[in-house]
Amino acid sequence: MALPNYASPAERIWHWSYLLICALIFIFLIAPILVIIPLSFNAEPYFTFTEKMRSFDPDGYSMRWYDSLLTFGMQAPDGPRNAGWWADAWANAKWINAAKNSLIIGFFSTILATFLGTLAALGLSRPEMPFRRAIMAILISPMIVPLIITATGMFFFYSNPCSVLGWVGLPTNCGRLAGTYLGVILAHATLGIPFVIITVTATLVGFDQSLNRAAASLGANPRTTFFRVTMPLILPGVISGALFAFVTSFDEVVAVLFIAGPDQQTIPRQMWNGIREQISPAILAVATILVIFSIALLATVELLRRRSERLRGVTPH
Amino acid sequence: MAQALDPHAAIATQAGGIDDGPLTTADGQPLARALRRSQKRAKRRAFLLVLPLLAFILLTFVVPIAQMLQRSFYNDGFSANMPQVSAWFAQTERGTDPDEAAWAALAADLTAAAENRTIGIVGTRINYDMAGTRSLFTSTGRKVRDGLEPPYQAALTEIDAKWADPVLWSTMREASHPVTTNFYLASLDRKRDAEGNIAQVAENQRVYIMLFLRTFGLSLLITALTFVLGFPIAHLLATLPMRKSNLLMILVLLPFWTSLLVRTTSWIVLLQQQGVVNDLLVWAGIIDVNGRLQMIYNRTGTIIAMTHILLPFMILPLYSVMRTINPSYARAARSLGATSWTTFRRIYFPQTLPGLGAGALLVFILAVGYYITPALVGGSSGQLISNMIAMHMTDTLNWSMAAALAALLLGAVLLLYWCYDRMVGIDNLKLG
Repeated sequence: MALPNYASPAERIWHWSYLLICALIFIFLIAPILVIIPLSFNAEPYFTFTEKMRSFDPDGYSMRWYDSLLTFGMQAPDGPRNAGWWADAWANAKWINAAKNSLIIGFFSTILATFLGTLAALGLSRPEMPFRRAIMAILISPMIVPLIITATGMFFFYSNPCSVLGWVGLPTNCGRLAGTYLGVILAHATLGIPFVIITVTATLVGFDQSLNRAAASLGANPRTTFFRVTMPLILPGVISGALFAFVTSFDEVVAVLFIAGPDQQTIPRQMWNGIREQISPAILAVATILVIFSIALLATVELLRRRSERLRGVTPH
Repeated sequence: MAQALDPHAAIATQAGGIDDGPLTTADGQPLARALRRSQKRAKRRAFLLVLPLLAFILLTFVVPIAQMLQRSFYNDGFSANMPQVSAWFAQTERGTDPDEAAWAALAADLTAAAENRTIGIVGTRINYDMAGTRSLFTSTGRKVRDGLEPPYQAALTEIDAKWADPVLWSTMREASHPVTTNFYLASLDRKRDAEGNIAQVAENQRVYIMLFLRTFGLSLLITALTFVLGFPIAHLLATLPMRKSNLLMILVLLPFWTSLLVRTTSWIVLLQQQGVVNDLLVWAGIIDVNGRLQMIYNRTGTIIAMTHILLPFMILPLYSVMRTINPSYARAARSLGATSWTTFRRIYFPQTLPGLGAGALLVFILAVGYYITPALVGGSSGQLISNMIAMHMTDTLNWSMAAALAALLLGAVLLLYWCYDRMVGIDNLKLG
């Protein structure tokens, strides 16, 4: 990127203005995410830097919005902070319940998506796979089809999952999936699967099939080959696929709005309500926690990617 | 007998010179057949690995969408609950004036529907095609429960003169068959008049075509903006040394990994009238304190927030293509006397087109179906077609209309998806 020493003055000006433009775009990319972090410590209920914040007066900053995350929805938020207070927060605070729901739904949908997705990716990356392209297109489509369409379809299907049996003349009533944890988990698994497929097949592209043959020729049966040879090599891809699936579920709000009941209040849904009704700096406190969470996830995925490249002997180009 | 099917065994046999006939395996099968069989088995194995997921996706994704699409052309709200008058419609020609038999059938159906409490469903169905008729059905339903005396025409028109409206009868005729194209017509701002001809709706009710155009127009604009902003960044990342570009890449990937709601929230906070951007502009003296800009809860807000959210989807494919471009072509062009602009235009830019195509298509596909961001920051002028689908699902409860709009949007997205697969190939979709 360095300028050659024979560059003309005009080229020098262009070079530096180009770097300036890039810097501005990077600011556009990252500033919105970083700005909310200090604002979430605002002592006033405003979304802007107050006089005191700008002069770095400690009075301008407070943890009150983080505190409000705990107390919102509690039965006795003003009592002394003893074990009973914390038990109350754990049981009743709305954001804590939302976090619990998000983690439960995220965990199970990730397990389901990762298991099914990895299995399918193994099949898809075999050269003998019939109709590979068409099947791949179907499996990736939950990522492409607009969420509102998916959620609308799921809304009808999950309120009576057996209604399809009517097409073949069978009875059409067998309870509902809408408003249950299982329903949301299935929906989120569907939405997370494309990410697992993409990451795991990408790992398998660099996978040397002769390793499997070598294991077989040395007497390993297919199961041993899979667990001792294939699995360790594709594991980084599987884990980053799982992280993608988890983030998809953890961030998903449209399907939740359409098929979840009042019991399945998740963090995004709680945020959605907060933004729609009366946006308060408490939302910024949640947002800050989520940003730190995504930084941790990003770091994990990057480390895994490098490890995977090293394991497979693919040098970054 | 795993070895029996092993084609290598045949070669061993052949090399041993035991047999002079066609190539066979160790146990005497023709090699071609053994190979075919083993290939078939490998195919089946690969397919069995994919099968559970395929079944899962078909059940939880494809079937629900197909079921929803069915609603866009199938609505038996009228025909199932008004059987007698539906039968009369089936027997008579379009344009036939209702005779006393028709009125009697209508009265009988209305009475039955009122008793079964399905009159609301019937009224809702007719109301979709002819606004303001739901109350006609429900209020008539309340009155007919006391019983109607023939002649039914006089009895019904006495309850409400609207029953004699020929447009109402033509609308009921449309609805008497469960399969209808009316919801698609309505999504294109068309309706059927009393004679059954397709006509445009009144000018002040034409919303959907405008919304489709706005959705596609805004998506194009956002795609263009992501290109303008993404191209320099991708180029910088691709030409910097690996260590530096990996560091800067974090600035692209962090927004990508951050929750969509968090990013939308930050834009609300930044852009609102008492927000950080307006404060900065006032401080810099660019705008007056009283002239604070309205940048959120309108179309501008939608454009800014969506450009920010979709920018990584443009940068990543561009970057991966630019990484592979050999810099010596550009150097060769320069040494042959091309100016830097010509080099860029004729040598460098054409080589980035695959990445540009991939990124632009992906951004456009995602933008066309966006729901959350326009719903939160769009105000009324920034609403897209997805928001209309959501409105019909949750507020007006006109599910068939939502399904018809969804079908049209889905058609457009699938067409673009097919183009994407043709041009780029789904296998080349990369995340981070």
